Amino acid sequence: MTKAAELAKMGEVLTNSQIGRKNIITNGAMQISQRSASATGVGATDNVYPSLDRYAVSLGATSAGRFTMSQSVVTDLNGFSNALKIDCTTADTSVAAGEALMIQHRIEGLSCQQIKASSTSTNAYTISFYAKSNASRAIVLESKHTEGTNQQISSLHTIGTSWARYTMTVPASSSTEIDNDNTTGITISFWIHAGTTYTGGTLNTTSLAATTQANRAAGIGSIFASTDNTLEITGLQLEVGSVATPFEHRSFGEELVLCQRYFRDLCSGINGSVLSLVTHYATTNAVGTFVLSPVMRTTPTAIAVSSASHFTTYSAGAARVCSAIATDSFAPNIARMTGIISSITAGYSGWIQPNTTSATMQITAEL
Amino acid sequence: MNITKAKYRLDLDGKTKIGIETTINGINMNVPLDPQNTEYIAIQEWAKIDDNTIEDAD
Repeated sequence: MTKAAELAKMGEVLTNSQIGRKNIITNGAMQISQRSASATGVGATDNVYPSLDRYAVSLGATSAGRFTMSQSVVTDLNGFSNALKIDCTTADTSVAAGEALMIQHRIEGLSCQQIKASSTSTNAYTISFYAKSNASRAIVLESKHTEGTNQQISSLHTIGTSWARYTMTVPASSSTEIDNDNTTGITISFWIHAGTTYTGGTLNTTSLAATTQANRAAGIGSIFASTDNTLEITGLQLEVGSVATPFEHRSFGEELVLCQRYFRDLCSGINGSVLSLVTHYATTNAVGTFVLSPVMRTTPTAIAVSSASHFTTYSAGAARVCSAIATDSFAPNIARMTGIISSITAGYSGWIQPNTTSATMQITAEL
Repeated sequence: MNITKAKYRLDLDGKTKIGIETTINGINMNVPLDPQNTEYIAIQEWAKIDDNTIEDAD
């Protein structure tokens, strides 16, 4: 590249504000895995978040193939220590037309307004990521908008056996919308297995266009072709402009807080310490509240606790293990826990705490 | 999402509906009555299918 060309690119980077807080992706360096560092037998259930925060598994028709999704340790890529790893554990070489497997990152509309050019158009943006595989592997990176007419564009990448960076620039587009709300604005998908319903056409690589299913993943191989197959991805970045700039590293704490807008474990890491103050609303329960900070995307769903017996209340000079416990939420910033215990005097107060490191009390507001 | 159970949940007063007890993908959850909550949206779609109903609370 000539000096003049370099200066032109630098000017474009500055014009597009591609310096500082530029990466729209959360957990791009794959550092956060609040649910589990590794999940096995994945592939049977659609629309789940098995391991790394913000990375969903999306299926078409279900394949017989299964995989382990994990947060792998990276030792051979400068600047990165973790990756999202897919490891095929059950092969499926008979691919039905409607089968599909995508690893998705769904971006909230409120978090990607800088891509909006007008209410019916979008600016150019660039997606980049690092990847490696056990063998040469063709995958598709797709960007799909939820609103507007022109919604979808794909790019085919052949992943090698050493870490390399791959990029896709999405041109500016009309008839494309990104609503300024807390629903999904853009979905980034890594297509790693699909049948002819999604591969039978010609890959749409030129511009955002109305979705034609057959043009979404043409040319990919299948991760389920062999149990030898692995794929690792890290350094996912989405930034405004037509240039992929160096990955924006954020601190672990920043990424964790960003992820907690969508999922968190209210008692993670506080075994044996106060989880919440409680009041005995009636003679058999203890009620406590949690202020949710950061505020979650929407009123969260409460996942059943690990076990009621993992929680103990302390009041009136006695410890009582819960026989049942439930969490409810009433707004994006408040949740309530109700523990059922043996007879106590209504109106007493106390506290509740986990009594084991196995205790979980999870809430989710994922897209 | 594979929904196998949905039942309204009452507040401590025993009268006010505050959510839906549900089982999704084999996991028990309490879903708020929030039209932007992903699980609530899924339950509403599930309830449109014949024979699927959200049960009244006890």
